[in-house]
Amino acid sequence: MFDLSGKTALVTGATGGIGGEIAKTLHARGASVALSGTRKEKLDVLVEELGERAFAVPCNLSDAEETSALVGKAEEALGAGLDILVANAGITRDGLLMRMKEEDFETVLNVNLQSYFRLAKSCMRGMMKRKSGRIIGITSIVGVTGNPGQTNYAASKAGMIGFSKSLAQEVASRNITVNCVAPGFIASPMTDELNEAQKTHILSSIPAGKLGEGADIAAAVAYLASNEAGYMTGQTLHVNGGMAML
Amino acid sequence: MADVIERVKKIVVERLEVEADKVVEAATFQEDLGADSLDLVELVMAFEEEFAIEIPDEVQEQINSVGDAVKFITERV
Repeated sequence: MFDLSGKTALVTGATGGIGGEIAKTLHARGASVALSGTRKEKLDVLVEELGERAFAVPCNLSDAEETSALVGKAEEALGAGLDILVANAGITRDGLLMRMKEEDFETVLNVNLQSYFRLAKSCMRGMMKRKSGRIIGITSIVGVTGNPGQTNYAASKAGMIGFSKSLAQEVASRNITVNCVAPGFIASPMTDELNEAQKTHILSSIPAGKLGEGADIAAAVAYLASNEAGYMTGQTLHVNGGMAML
Repeated sequence: MADVIERVKKIVVERLEVEADKVVEAATFQEDLGADSLDLVELVMAFEEEFAIEIPDEVQEQINSVGDAVKFITERV
């Protein structure tokens, strides 16, 4: 089950906590992986750790041209067309709306949502030709529930879900699936920044009583990437310890 | 020109799975040949490959019939 041998994958934001786990999991299941991130050194460390079938393709997703060229770069490194796109990279610029600068909104939408559009678009031609493909967007629970201080981030994540549902309908007949995974609170450098009171408060809202791990998200991604998930499209898998049941 | 017509027809017959005698120059892809919008994109991709040309998005929108495709391709190859 969920064997990815012979498949190729591009994972953006691979230097982050969740992205790194996704990369490791897809790789462990047999996929060749192209890993993108802004921190070149961290990418190289991860690539070295994975060994064969892993390639670094650094990219700054706030740059439109660089982003549109990324899939091509990944395919060149992988030596084959791209089977699986995991759009995982994301940034936050939190703040109450009353204090949020136009730029904070734009930057988050650009990096989180518009890059998803650019990446998915540049995969399309090859996937249409091969009549197969997996596009997986890593969104967030806050894209569905909202979160004060994150109007920009929540909008970008909700946008990914709407985008995925629309694209899923466009290309379903070509055996290309488009799905999202929506993590709840996952232990990461981002959640490490929360103080104890915030953490206690968060945990009280999670029936599972603990934060999730990157591997929990990676497992959902591995499923969606697999042949077995061929009939699953336009969906969002919520992996959140029961924090929100949708 | 005759060669382009034949190659275009062959692609259309294969891609849209239609009878060859329906693929006349006046036939429109969507109304007459039953293509959906995604089929159109695929057809254009197939033309690009067959004739080793690039068909820009603005032009794609104007290619509605077999004749349109033949005309554009003939101008390019």
